[in-house]
Amino acid sequence: MSNLIQLNNGVANIVENTWITVQLPPSNVEARKQAGKVVLFKLTGEDTVSETQIAETVIPPTGKIILPLSVFIARKSEILSRISSGEIGVWIDTHELIADLAENQADLNALPIIAVHVERFADGRIFSLGTLLRTRYGFKNELRAIGDVLRDQLFFLKRSGFDSFLIRADRSAVDALASLKDFTAPYQGAVDEPLPVFVRYNRTA
Amino acid sequence: MYKYDQLDQQIVNERVAQYRDQTRRFLAGELTEEEFRPLRLQNGLYIQRHAPMLRIAVPYGMLSSKQLHKLADITKKYDRDYGHFSTRQNLQLNWPKLEDVPDILAELATVEMHAIQTSGNCIRNITTDQFAGVAPDEVIDPRAMAEVMRQWSTFHPEFALLPRKFKIAVSGAKQDRAVVQMHDIGMEFYRDAENKVAIKVWVGGGLGRTPILGVVIREHLEWQHALTYCEAIIRVYNLHGRRDNAYKARIKILVKALGIEEFSKQVEAEWQHLKGMPNTIPETELARITKQFDTMPYETLPANDASFDAAVASNPAFAAWVKRCVHPHKKPGYRAITFSLKPHGKAPGDASSEQMHLVADLAEQHSFGELRVSHEQNLILADVKLSDIFGIWEKARAAGLATPNIGLLTDIICCPGGDFCSLANAKSIPIAEAIQMQFDNLDYLHDIGDIELNISGCMNACGHHHVGHIGILGVDKDGSEWYQVSIGGKQGNDASIGATIGPSFSAEEMPTVVQKLIDVYIKERTPEERFIDTVRRLGVAPFKAHVYAKNEIVETA
Repeated sequence: MSNLIQLNNGVANIVENTWITVQLPPSNVEARKQAGKVVLFKLTGEDTVSETQIAETVIPPTGKIILPLSVFIARKSEILSRISSGEIGVWIDTHELIADLAENQADLNALPIIAVHVERFADGRIFSLGTLLRTRYGFKNELRAIGDVLRDQLFFLKRSGFDSFLIRADRSAVDALASLKDFTAPYQGAVDEPLPVFVRYNRTA
Repeated sequence: MYKYDQLDQQIVNERVAQYRDQTRRFLAGELTEEEFRPLRLQNGLYIQRHAPMLRIAVPYGMLSSKQLHKLADITKKYDRDYGHFSTRQNLQLNWPKLEDVPDILAELATVEMHAIQTSGNCIRNITTDQFAGVAPDEVIDPRAMAEVMRQWSTFHPEFALLPRKFKIAVSGAKQDRAVVQMHDIGMEFYRDAENKVAIKVWVGGGLGRTPILGVVIREHLEWQHALTYCEAIIRVYNLHGRRDNAYKARIKILVKALGIEEFSKQVEAEWQHLKGMPNTIPETELARITKQFDTMPYETLPANDASFDAAVASNPAFAAWVKRCVHPHKKPGYRAITFSLKPHGKAPGDASSEQMHLVADLAEQHSFGELRVSHEQNLILADVKLSDIFGIWEKARAAGLATPNIGLLTDIICCPGGDFCSLANAKSIPIAEAIQMQFDNLDYLHDIGDIELNISGCMNACGHHHVGHIGILGVDKDGSEWYQVSIGGKQGNDASIGATIGPSFSAEEMPTVVQKLIDVYIKERTPEERFIDTVRRLGVAPFKAHVYAKNEIVETA
């Protein structure tokens, strides 16, 4: 059974996954650890993708695929026609920059899907990335959470602009559905409901 | 104080249901310990040395009599009949059962209370001045904004899993009593040249392993933008703060690594997109909440009360207590009073259920049914008539709540330490008790005068030792407990971080060490000087010399 939850006009359903997520081959280079200054700071402790990995990534010749950001950028010329026909999506890791995607793909809405991969569920960068994709970059198509996606984070993911959630394989997506309704009327404005309670309701009554 | 409407109540009720289910799944083995951890932490539940510890939120330190009665009942029913008031103005239970926590939360919800975000890597309880609303030096009552921010930060989806904990403090008085400079974000409300409410914003302060005072990121922010500006700061932090090393994950480390200029540049860039968005606070919302904080039905009273003056004149014990525990009030004929939770020889900040019931009753009878918790871990009645004070004192004294030591050496700020906390390197409560017994002479204490002594059982600094005039930090050396001493720390507008005086001491040496520091002060002080002033004038050297002088301290370990 599928483990993909999709929101459609606010209604959550378990649906078949029609997209294949393309993975990078494992790296045989030791992960670089960097710390310190401005932009490099963002990469602290994260693996960087090697050119060999990018070159050796197998891009399936047909079907709807979600490519790693690094592969999408480096090998875009190979998939131009498939982008036009709506067969290509992109996934980014939580330490990667949306700006890198936007620089290489002026119209993000030409992508039917963007996924954000979260390696550990406690990595809350995914919420800011979702928020930015929706509010800053105007991305309107499917925004999917993949990786260590668990039910207790779904409510926050939904509020941060995600509308599909690939629940970790060993957990039940059916059970996870309930958590999308944890709170009826949250206080603050966020992506799914930009108006805070003090605008939505007359609280002086 | 702020009263819940249906929306507030619904959120708290839904939280109880959510957490009940999370606990059920954990106990049923559907959630691993690692997966349950952030969930229980964001509900204030630690797994401690002996039992779990539950931290109950007391937003910006305000409690009603009804709430305190309920807390007392909870400590009796689910714990060992006492609670510990913490340095973040919250209440901690040391002995609850993990399985009982959902029921405790359900009981709390009946009195508009919860344990939301009292721990974990999220925005924590927003703290402020315990004399908010009554202090004569207050410019803006910060509580309404603190409540606006409490609501905004509650389950803020974007900031649900930050790199590390995030603490915000707000203050609206000339004298900062909320230690805004040692918070991740500190806000001081003031009136600008056009007499409009504005905010001075500090960022990147904090204690812990790397103590550092915050830096000003913005001198002038219009109050309407408080939430969106915080969103800009916290977004930059959420995206770029370190997540590979918990000791380097606070915002202060990011601010330091980027430099304040680069950091503010990034914040400003974010804020340009957020400014004016719907989370901008409307006048109507601030007015709605403000109304709930300034409806105290004060009587018109003369500035003096003959019976009070007579009691002070005739009763030296009462007079000594008034000197330390009764504080000025903006309304004539009213005072704020502090009940000391620091009786000599008891764990600082602890209150029994009986004491809580008594304080709740006194608040009901004499202070409009409200009270406050201070970050110095004492309880305060903020609106007491002069004529009522003597009667309150008699009852408080009988209950052990009237030690006249507020602001004195034995008013020790202290974390639970190694007796309870699994993070601690060393015990802190027995050290506090031993120091209190060493100085168990009220005349002497009053002669020593204003001084703050803070004890933390580890570098997480829950006892705020870095800003204590005397700071004591528990350290672990080869598996045994030692204590490092610093002097010259200070909270307030001229905050500073203390300097370590030298190698650490054993527990047995600590009362003597403090005694020696005080001896140097007594010898060297000018008539006007407090301990901190003498330290600032002379530096660490003479104190160090005396404490470490040969043959003066008997080696015990």
